[in-house]
Amino acid sequence: MHGQLVFEDGSTFEGVSFGAPKSRAGEVVFSTGMVGYPESITDPSYLGQILIFTYPLIGNYGVPDKRFLESEKIQTSGIIVSTYNDTPSHFQSKRSLSQWLKDENIPALAISDTRLLIQKIRTKGTMLGKIVIDKDVALYDPNKENLVAKVSTKKVKEKKFASKGDAFRGKKSIILIDCGAKENIARSLVKRGVKVITIPWNFDPFSNTTNVMLNSFQNLNPNGIPKQVRNDKLEFDALVVSNGPGDPKMAGVTIRTLKKAFKIGLPILGVCLGHQLLALAAGGDTRKLKYGHRSQNQPCIMEGSKRCYITTQNHGFEVYKIPQGFKPWFTNANDGSNEGIIHTKKPIMSVQFHPEACPGPTDTEWIFDFFLEKIKRITNIIPYS
Amino acid sequence: MNKKLNKVLILGSGALKIGEAGEFDYSGSQAIKALKEERIKTILVNPNIATVQTSKLLADTVYFLPVNDYFVEKVIAKEKPDGILLSFGGQTALNCGLTLYKKGVLKKHNVAILGTPIEAIQLSEDRDLFTTHLRKLDIPTPLSKTATTVFGAKKIAQNIGYPIMVRSGFALGGQGSGIARNEAELEKIATKALSFVNQILIEQYLHHFKEVEYEVVRDKDDNCITVCNMENMDPLGIHTGESIVVAPSQTLTNFEYHYLRQVAIKIVRSLKIVGECNVQFALNPHSKSITSTTSTTSITGEEKNDPSPRGTRDTLDTRGTLDYFVIELNARLSRSSALASKATGYPLAYVAAKLAIGKNLTEIKNKVTRITQSCFEPALDYIVVKIPRWDIEKFKGANERIGTSMKSVGEVMGVGRTFEEALQKAIRMLDIKIEGVTSNVFFKNNETIEQSATTPTPKRVFAISHAIKKGISIEEIYKKTGIDPWFLHRIKNIVDKENELVRLYSSSKRNASRSSSGKSFSTSSNNTIPKATLLQLKQLGCSDKRIAVLTGQSELAVRKLRKSYGIIPSVFQIDTLGGEFPAKTNYLYLTYNGSHNDIKPAGKKGIVVLGSGPYRIGSSVEFDWTSVATVQQVKKNRKQSIIINCNPETVSTDYDISDRLYFEELTFERIADVYDFENPFGVIVSVGGQTPNNRANALKDYGAHILGTDPANIDRAEDRNKFSKLLDEIGVEQPSWDKFTDLEKALQFCKKVQYPVLLRPSYVLSGTMMRVCHNYEELIEFVKDVAHISKEYPVTISKFIEEAKEIELDAVAQNGAIVASVISEHIENAGVHSGDATIVLPPQKLTEATKKRIEEIGRKLANEFRINGPFNIQFLAKEDNVSVIEINLRASRTFPFISKVTGVDFIELAVDAFFGKQSNNAVVKQLPFVAVKVSQFSFARLTGSDPVLHVEMSSTGEVASFGEDTEEAFLKGELAVGGKIPKKGIFVSLGGNENKERFLEAAKLLPKLKLPIYATEKTAQFLIENGVKAIKLHKIFEHQFPNVLDYFQKGKIDLTINLVETAHPKDETDHYTIRRAAIDHNIPIYTNRQKAKLFVKAITTKKLSDLAIKSWDEYCS
Repeated sequence: MHGQLVFEDGSTFEGVSFGAPKSRAGEVVFSTGMVGYPESITDPSYLGQILIFTYPLIGNYGVPDKRFLESEKIQTSGIIVSTYNDTPSHFQSKRSLSQWLKDENIPALAISDTRLLIQKIRTKGTMLGKIVIDKDVALYDPNKENLVAKVSTKKVKEKKFASKGDAFRGKKSIILIDCGAKENIARSLVKRGVKVITIPWNFDPFSNTTNVMLNSFQNLNPNGIPKQVRNDKLEFDALVVSNGPGDPKMAGVTIRTLKKAFKIGLPILGVCLGHQLLALAAGGDTRKLKYGHRSQNQPCIMEGSKRCYITTQNHGFEVYKIPQGFKPWFTNANDGSNEGIIHTKKPIMSVQFHPEACPGPTDTEWIFDFFLEKIKRITNIIPYS
Repeated sequence: MNKKLNKVLILGSGALKIGEAGEFDYSGSQAIKALKEERIKTILVNPNIATVQTSKLLADTVYFLPVNDYFVEKVIAKEKPDGILLSFGGQTALNCGLTLYKKGVLKKHNVAILGTPIEAIQLSEDRDLFTTHLRKLDIPTPLSKTATTVFGAKKIAQNIGYPIMVRSGFALGGQGSGIARNEAELEKIATKALSFVNQILIEQYLHHFKEVEYEVVRDKDDNCITVCNMENMDPLGIHTGESIVVAPSQTLTNFEYHYLRQVAIKIVRSLKIVGECNVQFALNPHSKSITSTTSTTSITGEEKNDPSPRGTRDTLDTRGTLDYFVIELNARLSRSSALASKATGYPLAYVAAKLAIGKNLTEIKNKVTRITQSCFEPALDYIVVKIPRWDIEKFKGANERIGTSMKSVGEVMGVGRTFEEALQKAIRMLDIKIEGVTSNVFFKNNETIEQSATTPTPKRVFAISHAIKKGISIEEIYKKTGIDPWFLHRIKNIVDKENELVRLYSSSKRNASRSSSGKSFSTSSNNTIPKATLLQLKQLGCSDKRIAVLTGQSELAVRKLRKSYGIIPSVFQIDTLGGEFPAKTNYLYLTYNGSHNDIKPAGKKGIVVLGSGPYRIGSSVEFDWTSVATVQQVKKNRKQSIIINCNPETVSTDYDISDRLYFEELTFERIADVYDFENPFGVIVSVGGQTPNNRANALKDYGAHILGTDPANIDRAEDRNKFSKLLDEIGVEQPSWDKFTDLEKALQFCKKVQYPVLLRPSYVLSGTMMRVCHNYEELIEFVKDVAHISKEYPVTISKFIEEAKEIELDAVAQNGAIVASVISEHIENAGVHSGDATIVLPPQKLTEATKKRIEEIGRKLANEFRINGPFNIQFLAKEDNVSVIEINLRASRTFPFISKVTGVDFIELAVDAFFGKQSNNAVVKQLPFVAVKVSQFSFARLTGSDPVLHVEMSSTGEVASFGEDTEEAFLKGELAVGGKIPKKGIFVSLGGNENKERFLEAAKLLPKLKLPIYATEKTAQFLIENGVKAIKLHKIFEHQFPNVLDYFQKGKIDLTINLVETAHPKDETDHYTIRRAAIDHNIPIYTNRQKAKLFVKAITTKKLSDLAIKSWDEYCS
């Protein structure tokens, strides 16, 4: 079966369909990563986007069990590859990529000259577009929607620390504000021995007002150990703000939560969208990049050092105004864009890249250690007013 | 960096040999460039005169001397460099550096080791230390222990359990390694390996594990990146240099890819590598539970320092475990890093050199993209497939089975956007007259298919496609070969699509004939291939020629149809970043999986230069030098140089050599595609060896403008009939010859001209197969075995002139007039291939009359062929009687040698001739020294091969040295290719009376060495009769003591002279056994009388200290 990729400027590219026989619209973006297609397309940051893989051979090792992925389902609106191989070979493969796409009703096209598509986006910037297979659909701009609300968890979840974790042994708890969090953020944290409580993007952990979600959480955790932050229901040591899709300015509620956290001086780590939200909350500003960074080879230099890290990235917006009290932490060696900020005094920091990787290099996993080290040092209980 | 670097010494790798080839010309050249940019003076020790790195445009000072501690110490004492680079000249340079360090030479002369610290090199080179180090890091290595005796090896193997892997440390390309399934096999492998090295590793064998490697770069500030990962299509057990390799990996998940990447980085950091390092892994293709070995076997006495004998697995919560082992590490630039560099477009050696002199990764500009950083990891939007090029059939007696040690002599790299496309391109790049993976020229019946598919040999990939055609299931092939089903399915895809074409085409043909009178109703009924089908086949890398064969038409007809459909390949850039930024790269490939071009045509400013293709016996780095030199001169003529080549070991395929680089096939189809796109001024076919030369006619017929001599004249020179007629016309002699389709007539001819005769079959797969036959019996045998005489395949027979000198004339002519020429002479008499011969310049033993006659013939032929460009003529001379063997209207393999020795750049002259320019640099001066080119042989690599030199070439590389006289230059050269001045004992075996008498003069010199002289019975008797004291040794088959083999094994002999009586090889089998034993015990052996005599003369008249330590400039200034 054939289909077309139609850009907002009307240009049309023919391809062979290997996913669901269904038309879908979205924002067309590309990623240059060579491995990790199952991780990529389950990354909630891709919500509303049609993803082009520049690596031409996709599908080679099939699709593993869901527990290895970054979220419950495929998040992209559609995918474009150069060549699709329907003969996957891997002992962990449960089904083919094609089958998975069909099962989840996501369209996919093989268009041999993906390089031409990239050059188009590179020149003109990210564009809206649609995959047309059965019947035509209208264009759709995901950036005009609050995508975070769509992908965030609907209830509070707790993830226990791993049994073999290090010094923390579950004695510290982290609130993860889920703006579309990749699973591996929580995995990376629990691996280090902390307890992770995932909350919805619009849930205020500092509020005393009770709600349903909080109750459900209570049931999970009846005997919390006293911690630095106290309210009636929640006890935690630090905040992690996750990655997520779309324009950070759409997530106003999260920004307000962060502002409250600043006042307390709570340790905070922002990742990707979380970085942008943190910057906005602290008085910085963000804007849309021409075509974003979506790859696994972005070099980021740590300010004031000779160290450069290879990072995995997936974002369309950037922080261009560093908030007061913060200094740049990381800078992209290719285009000079900001890749992280850190507070000059407080344990508040954020990175534009993905220290949790998946897909991509694991070189910046140490960010989690660095952050958790800050919590370790806090011994005084901070009362919440 | 404590002190400022003003002068740095770089060690090259010497002659090309199996396991250490052209890749080190690439790495050394990039290192020199990187240093020159920093205004550091470079001193290079490398006797390989055919390399690009030993050109004027690169190193400041070159020493054409052996890369060993003796000579390098002398150079250090003389040049007093501030630092030394050890990691750019392969294992040879590294070993030399280690020795210099251990001897305290570097410390004494205050020479800093740049880059990776020596401790890391030592650790990585000692398997026990390395294993212990990794286990401390919780990184698993296969269960293993080193042995120093065969007995010890057996004991360890018993503990580990068979099958086991035998590995030898400190060895080039895994020489002497192998898999032993039982004790008998172990004994054989261990005995051989221990004759080269003093310890071997007995290791747990990981059946059908995947083999994956990473190229890691680290700087002094601990920045660490992996430039590339690669996956071997062949499972563990086939040396990575012998495997079909893809980059990036195809069957690894994100978790596997990055887990191994992280481990690689961890190791590199722990070793404090500064520069480049390669880490190889074995990865279990199944979940651990499937192949999990519950055996708790431990090696006695090893438990203590062996905390994790079965490998530690990091349990990562939901991700499960990764069952892997580290199997190898090279703390230097390697063959793999050259491949990775070409596969990604990342200049690994250049960057490594910058890091070695103290730069940080973030300080190095990315010279390829000129837009991004060097501190990044390339993202590919294509796939590359590397295939080794073997020439095993060129070696009499050699076993074609491939395994853990290298046998291949070169490699190619196909670039495509599907695996199928890249694979099939690579197959054609091999230049073995095979169009694609479905070729079945090797296989006749089912039996051999089954066997060929399961036995790893150069033919295996073809056997697999054939097995698929025969309906053998992918699962079964996987089980037997261990090749991941993903790759097998891709091959099956090609088979299926070709079958579809054949079905469609034959049915459309039937339809067409049936409906010829009626109405046709479908597009496929007009007897042409439908567009969609044709496009699909092209996207899978099928050549026009293959499609033509499948559909019974001509290649050009398919091409015409294809173009009429608008199916033409796209020109894509290799930009290292998946198109993310607009890179300025000139590194290109063609693909049918595209619909646009990344660049615009060069047009009439463009000059296409065809490179050499894969290195192989007979065509090697010398043709890369000629290609690079041509490109330089094309640029000087203000033209845009466009190179086409497909060999990842070359300098010509480096990012900054040409204005445009097509990493592409040297097939007519592909050259024509490039020509169609670029619409250039013309093509140069005469500098890349025989492969491009062979394309001249087809390209001319296609309408391409060939620069230089008219292809019609190339044809006249190469067609024996035409050439012979011409020689008769101009009164030039040649050995009598004729072409035969019938044995009787051939025998009559031989009788008439008298034996010996030279036979040249017209068709032998992958190369020619010439043979000198000394009598009727030999001829009959050869005809029976190899050269069946038939109408289809005629055999050329010529009179073989014995005891004749062989002489070369290399020259450049312009419009039929010689601009410059050089005569050089062979040490060996005719009968040894010119590529194997020892060549002396200027000639020492030629009469003025002979030289005059040669020059005269040269002038005549240049005029007859209206030669415009380079050419080479080979002559025979016997008592001033000069005859012509052959002429090549292209640059010969001696071009770099003659250019560098005479100081006249013959390529410069040739290119100027192409452009009709007068050159002022054409005067060849009298040389006040002698230069000798010596061949490198790799017989030790090729189990079973006979080291006797004959009319077929068998050397893999060459060196050249300078001296006051022939002996000095020759001895330096011999020492550079593995020769040794004997210190223990000499074994002499002279076959036949003639050899005995003619060698006597040299034999009488031997006692000067004051070493025991051993000889076989008759030789000993002869020597004693003539006053040379000799001790008799029994032959091997006599099974008596003292015998030759026993003395070889005990290390009592370190020079063997075995002259074969070619005409009457009586005890041939026993002589062969002796020769092979010498090779297997790494004992230098001389089998040619003239060469043996020269060597004896050299070692008896010169001492090591007599050999002058003089740079190239000091000889030719």
